[in-house]
Amino acid sequence: MSPSPPPPEQADPPMPRSLAATALPWARVPRPVERGVEGLLFLSAFTAVFLTAGILYVLLSNSFTFFSFPEVSIVEFLTGTVWNPDIGDTSFGVLPLVNGTLIVTFGSSLIAVPLGIATAIYLSEFANPRVRAVLKPAIELLAGIPSIVFGIFALIVISPILQETFGANVFNAANAIIVLSFMILPIITTLAEDALRAVPQELRAGALALGATKWEVTKQVVVPAALSGIVAGILLGFSRAIGETMAVTLAAGARPRMGLDLFEPIQTMTAFIAQRAQGDLVQAGPPFYTLFAVGLLLFVMTFTVNLVAARVLKRFREVY
Amino acid sequence: MELKALPSHRRLEERIVRGLLLAASSFSVLILAWLLVRTGQVAEPWVDWQFLTSYPSILSAERSGIMPAVAGSAWLAVLTMALALPTGVLAGVYLNEYAKNTRLTRFLRLTIANLAGVPSVVFGILGLAIFVRGFTLGGVTFFGYGYVLLAGALTLAAMVLPIVIVATEEALKAVPTSMREAAYGLGATKWQVTRDHVLPYASPGILTGSILALARAVGESAPLILVGGASVIYFLPDGPTSLYTALPLQTFVWAEDARADFQSLAAAGTVVLLAFILLANLTAIVLRNRFQKKYRW
Repeated sequence: MSPSPPPPEQADPPMPRSLAATALPWARVPRPVERGVEGLLFLSAFTAVFLTAGILYVLLSNSFTFFSFPEVSIVEFLTGTVWNPDIGDTSFGVLPLVNGTLIVTFGSSLIAVPLGIATAIYLSEFANPRVRAVLKPAIELLAGIPSIVFGIFALIVISPILQETFGANVFNAANAIIVLSFMILPIITTLAEDALRAVPQELRAGALALGATKWEVTKQVVVPAALSGIVAGILLGFSRAIGETMAVTLAAGARPRMGLDLFEPIQTMTAFIAQRAQGDLVQAGPPFYTLFAVGLLLFVMTFTVNLVAARVLKRFREVY
Repeated sequence: MELKALPSHRRLEERIVRGLLLAASSFSVLILAWLLVRTGQVAEPWVDWQFLTSYPSILSAERSGIMPAVAGSAWLAVLTMALALPTGVLAGVYLNEYAKNTRLTRFLRLTIANLAGVPSVVFGILGLAIFVRGFTLGGVTFFGYGYVLLAGALTLAAMVLPIVIVATEEALKAVPTSMREAAYGLGATKWQVTRDHVLPYASPGILTGSILALARAVGESAPLILVGGASVIYFLPDGPTSLYTALPLQTFVWAEDARADFQSLAAAGTVVLLAFILLANLTAIVLRNRFQKKYRW
């Protein structure tokens, strides 16, 4: 959308008075450079469409190849509880990987959602400017740390503690949950804080004037008004957790399994893709194409969550 | 209700809540600091000149170094930005200055928003299938570069493109409309207005967004596992078609090695990676400040 008024296109050579007076449509003046530039700009913007189409094409066509193999079936893929794509009696049930992804996603949300919302409320409603000036950049710093670094934290610092305290395996689900919660916390905090700050000051003033304390105002007026933004933040945190790869690969290990045991290794969908792609990968047969089928499922899951988040945000945004 | 009895108990609740909220907010930051310090302690004996200037060794952690990974990451950073920055800025200009509110524009915006939410590892799959293995259409193969720097940079550029586009749009929105009107009033064409007036004033903002994109690209490793291939490299990359490794990738390889020495090496790699990102950020900030001084209104 252009914020400027319609451009008064003018010809370079000065026009004869008589011609200008006839109100010749300016658009008729040929401007090859202008047209060319606009085409180039459009093409650049259209790159995003090419990329999205490329992703969809790659995932769909190769998943189709995967499901065309006689030993693979879509029903078994979506409902099977054994994931053993390589050796001996192969089995392509993706649920153990989905189980891994859901455990780390919900587990990390249990930590990050309360912490993130509390931080957002503190920053938006309570913190004095000086505290805010320190805390806010620190949280943004958290968002800028690469995921591999969190993986190293998990492996070198957190895992030894879990091993000692709970007799956990070197690689375990709890390890991944802990680091992942720090990775999704900034998203939840940032979005929730934006939503809280967008609540009009008059709403607070009105409640305060009725004698409510600051916390009562926050609890009963500000948070309910900002709820859609907070929910959207939580959903985007989910989406980030589902798609997170490196930290989870390093922290959780590589054992696809069902069950909720937090102190044993587990494998998520993303960790499987990362593991599959390493080393001397034979680029043929069902074991190779699992990459694309799992990738497609991952894409569909994050896309759905993102879509819901966008809807929530849009639907409730026009309340005030 | 007895109003007189309320204040003290309500005041107490207020105080407790305030304390809890402050504790919760500080908690994550304190833990982060602790994690950084602990990792730094493990890394400290390993980060030295020898480490920075040696090639990796799968036999001895003592003789291992990170030089090819630093070089690879520098190459990736430059190539990725060379690809993503022009495309992203031009796309942002189109959306903010040129596009009308049509169905096509809304579709473009939706696509870009969606692309921003795609997990990085999925970009790796795209890179593996298209940029590494190649894409054949009507007997002609496009891309298909193999496990080389260019394929990695293309993949990372695709990943950071939405960040650059959004940052550009934000920066362009901040340029006052009166600026454009003044230029139009003097008879400038749309492209002249954009190129000579709007873009220069938006450049500090665009650069700030690009800093984020650059940091993201340098730190990202999940897609590189799929398009990087080589894990141990005994030479420095010499061009876009060279095999390579990158800082996060090398760190990952060391972390996967169960030997205790190599675990410490991974911590050392982490420290170098964080330093590298900090350096990239500082460079970009200096650049931005220079631009900001040049253009004021």
